[in-house]
Amino acid sequence: MEFTLKTLIFYGFALLTVASGIVVVTVRNIVHAAFSLMVTLFGVAGLYVFLQADFLAATQVIVYVGGILVLILFGVMMTSGRLEMRIHIERGQLLLGAVVAIALLMLLLAVIANTPQWKNVADDGTQLQPTTESIGTLILNGQFLLPFEVVSVLLLVALIGAALISRKEVRE
Amino acid sequence: MPDILSQGFFAQDSAGGNWAEEFVRNVIIPRLPEEAAAHFPVEFGMVLVMLGCAGLFAAVVPLLPLVLVLAERKVAARFQNRTGPMRVGPWGLLQTLADGVKLLFKEDYIPPQGDKLLFLLAPYVIFACSFAVFAAIPFGQNILVSNFNIGIFYIMAISSVIVMGVIMAGWSSNSKWSLLGSLRSAAQIVSYEIPLGLSILTVVMLVESLSMEAIVANQSGGISDWLIFRTPFTFFAFFIFFISSIAEVNRTPFDLPEAESEIVAGFHTEYSGMRFALFFIAEYANMFAVSAIAVTLFLGGWEGILPELAVFGGGFDILGGLPGFVMKTMGLVFLMMWLRWTLPRLRVDQLMNLCWKYFIPIAFFNILGTGIWGLIFPEDTPLSTGISIAIISIGLVQAYVFVGRSLGQKSQAQPSSA
Repeated sequence: MEFTLKTLIFYGFALLTVASGIVVVTVRNIVHAAFSLMVTLFGVAGLYVFLQADFLAATQVIVYVGGILVLILFGVMMTSGRLEMRIHIERGQLLLGAVVAIALLMLLLAVIANTPQWKNVADDGTQLQPTTESIGTLILNGQFLLPFEVVSVLLLVALIGAALISRKEVRE
Repeated sequence: MPDILSQGFFAQDSAGGNWAEEFVRNVIIPRLPEEAAAHFPVEFGMVLVMLGCAGLFAAVVPLLPLVLVLAERKVAARFQNRTGPMRVGPWGLLQTLADGVKLLFKEDYIPPQGDKLLFLLAPYVIFACSFAVFAAIPFGQNILVSNFNIGIFYIMAISSVIVMGVIMAGWSSNSKWSLLGSLRSAAQIVSYEIPLGLSILTVVMLVESLSMEAIVANQSGGISDWLIFRTPFTFFAFFIFFISSIAEVNRTPFDLPEAESEIVAGFHTEYSGMRFALFFIAEYANMFAVSAIAVTLFLGGWEGILPELAVFGGGFDILGGLPGFVMKTMGLVFLMMWLRWTLPRLRVDQLMNLCWKYFIPIAFFNILGTGIWGLIFPEDTPLSTGISIAIISIGLVQAYVFVGRSLGQKSQAQPSSA
């Protein structure tokens, strides 16, 4: 493989993702783990850019870093005021985690092996194309309309549930 | 597989190649001796050019807060019938510079009980994200760092990371004021991102592109082509966008995260010296950035008020509309300062009510309305603009009458209650 600047930046992102991922699972302080996860998610967004999925990269940052990670940190900070938050791992959990991780790895390897060709949604083979428009067309033109609507109903239900739980008084 | 680097990291809308590569090939190589030119590593040169530009950018942009801080103090002074800083330099023009130098020499205090690593890291996260936003803002014709095809979406993504820096700063300080401030700030930013995003969506629906360049190009026909006047819905969307951005950058009347009377200085209570200055610079840079984005999305970007005439923009070939853009942006920045010195601070519940019960439903209504408008007027014609401006004017008059009447009733009711 030709060694270009692109390769260098790619390996930079890969290293960033893997290293911070290792920090997430090994560090004892839960808040450090959460902030390290931020770097991991950023790294993954960078890898998406290399896969020519620009829209997905920005979505990754906006949803995971700006939304989910903030919620995780909120949860951590609201439940414990202490600066030193330690994670205790039981041996049983470790075993269970290993089983799940290996199963996931197998699944991913199977998917990678069985995909004949990786292709950008909008790729016409000659030039890099923006993906936003084709993603929108695919979702709203019927091919993925049903999953899209199901997800939106799911989110609505979650929203109503959250509003119900956070109400001060619940009517009998 | 297409080479990503030769086209920039993101797919671009315009057919142009990489500007750094063009610069190296057309400007640097012809000036070199022939032997050196033949072996010149183009890619390495590109990196140097890019780094040079980034360095220039990083040196110029912090000058912006330098101007804005002084402007804010002068504006505040006018509002309170004072003169503001007058001692350092003519009319106090060098005051901010002096303050900056003072901050450089201050003690760099790190709370011994806090989390040192995150405490040191937090200002850089906020600073880096604030400045990364500038990469996608078109300051003028061809004056932009990169024409991402997902421009505005990239800006939203990067600015949503600022929350992480705020939480980092608040938590690692190990101070109750900092933690309270950062939680408030995070709740506020996460909430107001929704109406912000939804009002951006109305613009994206009309332009049919996320690229900032395309959004500006869509408004090239003078003031009546600006997206704010294009439909009645974008008119409302502009106000929702602008007010939500004020909440995003934590300014009065939404400055609960820094409410001095309640939580000292919020998330940056424990910071001192240059680290505090970084927060300060980032805050003013953010203020300029959100104004610039509002101008780009709704007020025509660097395009002029009159079509094809060299009043603002258009004819300034060298500056590419930069003067007009800066003037419009500074106008919005002044509006923010005006609001700061006019309005009192909101309460937390009022803040959340405003966002969830008013802005978000109105923003959804705007999206629906823009969609229907797009179906009725698929092409932007003088007729549709005329109808839109008529509706906006009627709406404004109605609002004025309504507000006037309700104020009148209040002032009549007051004597009897007192």
